[in-house]
Amino acid sequence: MTNPERLRPLTLILIVLLVTGVAGILLWALWSMQPVASGLSLQVREHLPVSGVNAEVTAILMNFRGYDTLLEMAVLLAALLGVWHLGPLQLPQADNHPDPILETLVRFLTPVIILVTGYVLWLGGHAVGGAFQAGALLAGAGVLLLMQPRVLVLRDHLVLRIMIVAGAALFTFVAGMVMFTGGTLLEYPKQYAGALILLIEAASTVSIGLILTLLFAGGAPRHGDKE
Amino acid sequence: MSQFLWYAMVGSGLFCIGLLGLILQRHLLRRILALNVMGIGVFLIYVALAKRAGLLPDPVPHAMILTGLVVSVSATALGLVLVERVQRLHGRPELPEDS
Repeated sequence: MTNPERLRPLTLILIVLLVTGVAGILLWALWSMQPVASGLSLQVREHLPVSGVNAEVTAILMNFRGYDTLLEMAVLLAALLGVWHLGPLQLPQADNHPDPILETLVRFLTPVIILVTGYVLWLGGHAVGGAFQAGALLAGAGVLLLMQPRVLVLRDHLVLRIMIVAGAALFTFVAGMVMFTGGTLLEYPKQYAGALILLIEAASTVSIGLILTLLFAGGAPRHGDKE
Repeated sequence: MSQFLWYAMVGSGLFCIGLLGLILQRHLLRRILALNVMGIGVFLIYVALAKRAGLLPDPVPHAMILTGLVVSVSATALGLVLVERVQRLHGRPELPEDS
């Protein structure tokens, strides 16, 4: 099964040599690096006022390197597509002896988590926070809900699909539309940058939360009209 | 030895542990875990390097790792579903050429 002993000694020695070599190269590379390097932090601080937000990480994610984030939404979508194609969703069935404590807890916690999600999303504009942190929180609530088949029955229908693609679709739409205002792809007009970023982040939060929950579920939900 | 170097070395250690696991383990679940350990090592190295900018760390690596985390989570999820599929088709969570 998984026993390394089945390997021949020579192979094992070669593997250990390889990994030791990689470790050596890594350590040598790290050792020879300059101990002080400002990287791109100076440029980021210099251009922060035109980014539309007041937080460096959010400015980089949504504005300076918006292309990365746009493609990241596409990666999430692609992963979900892959998972959905590999098989149907198998969730714990609603049994006759549900855990009343867990169920009550989930009923109380879900609104609180959604509230905190909104707060973390708003926080992204001026401090540490933003769409990905908020989306991860939302996914936490989603996973808790998945464990409660009596509270939530997941069905594949149009609203669900719209929510899944909302982030990537809105991001692509905005990225393309700003080209008509005279800029290039993803170059937000300065006076609307903050609002556009918040809009994209809000849609992305919903999409990220939902996609992560569905990735955790690990299968395509059945078609149905009710969610 | 500076602070960033220490954290970056811990990161390289994690990377190598993951690499060793990836080569030696045949169970696909363990391989996915090994890949994740490697990824966390890379993230740690990169975050540590950001500290070289001084008191306020360089925000660019932080933003990129935030992106990397999400990608690694999606890749892991897809990998786990694939492992389940292999298990169902072959009866064991290993690649056919390995067993």
